[in-house]
Amino acid sequence: MSVLVYTESEQGTFKKTAFEVASYAKAVANQLGTTVTAVAINANDTSALGTYGVDKVLNISNSQLDKFNANAYAAALKQAAESEGAQVVVVSSSADSKYLAPLLAVGLNAGYATNVVAAPSSTSPFTVKRTAFTNKAFENTQINTDVKIVGVSNNAFGLVENSGSASAEEFSPSIPELGVTVESVDKATDKVSIADAEIVVSAGRGLKGPENWGMVEELADVLGAATACSKPVSDLGWRPHSEHVGQTGKPVASNLYIAIGISGAIQHLAGINASKVKVVINTDPEAPFFKAADYGVVGDAFQVVPELIEKLKAFKAQQ
Amino acid sequence: MKILVCISHVPDTTSKINFSNNDTKFDTNGVQFVINPNDEFGLTRAMWFKEKQGASVTVVNVGGAETEPTLRKALAIGADEAIRVNTVATDGFSVAKQLANVVNNGGYDLVIAGRESIDYNGGMVPGMVAGLLNANFVNNCIGLEIDGTSAKVVREIDGGKETVSTALPLVIGGQKGLVEESDLRIPNMRGIMMARKKPLNVVDPVDANQETTSVSFEKPTPKGAVTLVSPDNLDELVSLLHNEAKVI
Repeated sequence: MSVLVYTESEQGTFKKTAFEVASYAKAVANQLGTTVTAVAINANDTSALGTYGVDKVLNISNSQLDKFNANAYAAALKQAAESEGAQVVVVSSSADSKYLAPLLAVGLNAGYATNVVAAPSSTSPFTVKRTAFTNKAFENTQINTDVKIVGVSNNAFGLVENSGSASAEEFSPSIPELGVTVESVDKATDKVSIADAEIVVSAGRGLKGPENWGMVEELADVLGAATACSKPVSDLGWRPHSEHVGQTGKPVASNLYIAIGISGAIQHLAGINASKVKVVINTDPEAPFFKAADYGVVGDAFQVVPELIEKLKAFKAQQ
Repeated sequence: MKILVCISHVPDTTSKINFSNNDTKFDTNGVQFVINPNDEFGLTRAMWFKEKQGASVTVVNVGGAETEPTLRKALAIGADEAIRVNTVATDGFSVAKQLANVVNNGGYDLVIAGRESIDYNGGMVPGMVAGLLNANFVNNCIGLEIDGTSAKVVREIDGGKETVSTALPLVIGGQKGLVEESDLRIPNMRGIMMARKKPLNVVDPVDANQETTSVSFEKPTPKGAVTLVSPDNLDELVSLLHNEAKVI
C-alpha cells in the first residue's frame, strides 16, 4: 500500500507542479498512514523530491518515452501503481497529465476526480473538494473505487517542504504500441505558459488594437508572467487562441492575475476565478470586474500600464 | 466514414449557478441549456467532414428526455441522426461506458467529444471512451484532418502545440480551434424543420459502475470589497501587492 505520484519533468528537469503534487501526495499518505512513491520518467536528478515528502522514487529511463505519449505513459504508471500496490495515484492538471489520467483510470479500474483543490476531507469514504461549473462552484466528490486517482489543480495546494530524503530505484515497465506519433512540437521556450505561470497579465478590447500589446508584454516580462487575453480579443484575431482565458478558453489558477481593459463578463470571471489575487485596470468604474477584484485602478490603461511598469522596475531593482 | 459526436447538455455560459436540496443538486430552475461549447466545435468540424468528405454524422447524449431539445438542435445544425442513452448521467466513467457501448454497436470510425463539459468539468469522458474501446486518442485537439484511415491532429500543449499522426478508429477530445468561433452555425428554419423528421433513437443503458459520487456543492465565499488605488499613486499598488497580498 502506498500513495503513488507522477512527478512530471521536462527536458530532464522537474516542473514546479511536480513538487506541488508530491506535497499533496505526502498529505494524503499522512492521512492514510502510508508512504509516497514518485514515478519520474527520464528525469536527471530526483533528489529534490525527498524535500517534498517523497519516500521512494521509481526512475524510468527509456528513450521510447522521450516524447510524451499518453498511452505509453499511462501504461508505465499503471505498472508502477500495481507494483507498489498504490491505493491513491496523484497527478497534476497539466495538459499531459489530464491526457493520460483517464486512460490510467480505465486501466486501473480507478475512479478519477479532476481539479481537486484540497487534501481529502475524509479518507473513508474518500472525499475531495474540486472546482466545478468552471469555478462558479465547488463540488465535494466521493471516489468509490479501491484505487483512486486525484488530479490536483495547479497552485491550489502549494508546496510543503519536509525534511526527508527519497530512496531511488530503477523501474522498467513494458511499453505498449504508441498509436499516436509526434511529428512536430511548436513551443515557445522563452515564454512562461499560462498553465505554469504564477502571474498572468491579461488584456481585453479596452486596448483598442493588437498594435498596443507591447506594454502588456513588457509588464509580463517585468513580472516573469504569462500573457493572456479575453475571448473577444482572440475572436478578433488580435491575439492567438492559445492566450484566450475564460470559460471556453484556458482556465487560470495563478497567484496574481492582472486584467487590463477587460470588463469582466461572467464567462471570463468563471475562467480566472481560481486565481488568488486579482488586479483590475479599467477606465469604467462600473465594469463588473471591479466586483470580483482585490485591487482596482480606475484609469486609462495607456497611462497606468507604462507607469506601473516603471514602478515595478524600480521595485525589482531594490529587491 | 462514420462519425459519432458526443453532446453534453449544459447550462448556458451566462447562467447563474445555484443549488437545491440542501446544496446537493444543481438547480435547473430558470437555466437555459445549450450544446456544450467544446462539443459544438467538434460537431461543426464533423459537418465539414460530412460536406467535403462524405461522412455520416450521428450525435449522442447520455441523459433523460429533458436533453432532447439539445439533440434536436444538433440535428438542426446538420447531424443525420441522434441517439439518446436513456439514463441519468451520474459520473464520467458511467457516461464513458454508455458511449463506448454506442460506439461498439454502431461501428463508428471517429468519435469526437469536447475535452470537457462546462458544467462538471470532469475532462475525462473522451479519454475513458478511448481507453474502454482501446482506440487511439488525442486530447485538447485544435486541428483535425482525415485522409482514408490516417489522421493528422494538432494538440494544444502547455505553452504551445504539437502535431501528431495517428489512425482510425480514433477518439478526439476537442475544443476551440477545431473550427473557429465564426464557423459555428446557427440553425436556420429549414434545418429546424428537417430536424423534426430526423431519427432520434432512445436506447437503454448498459450496466455501469458509478465510480465517483457527487456529494454536495458549495459556492465560493463572496469577495470582499475591492481596494481602489488612485492612478496617480501606483507606488501604493506595488506596495500592496508586495506587503499585503505577498504575490510579487
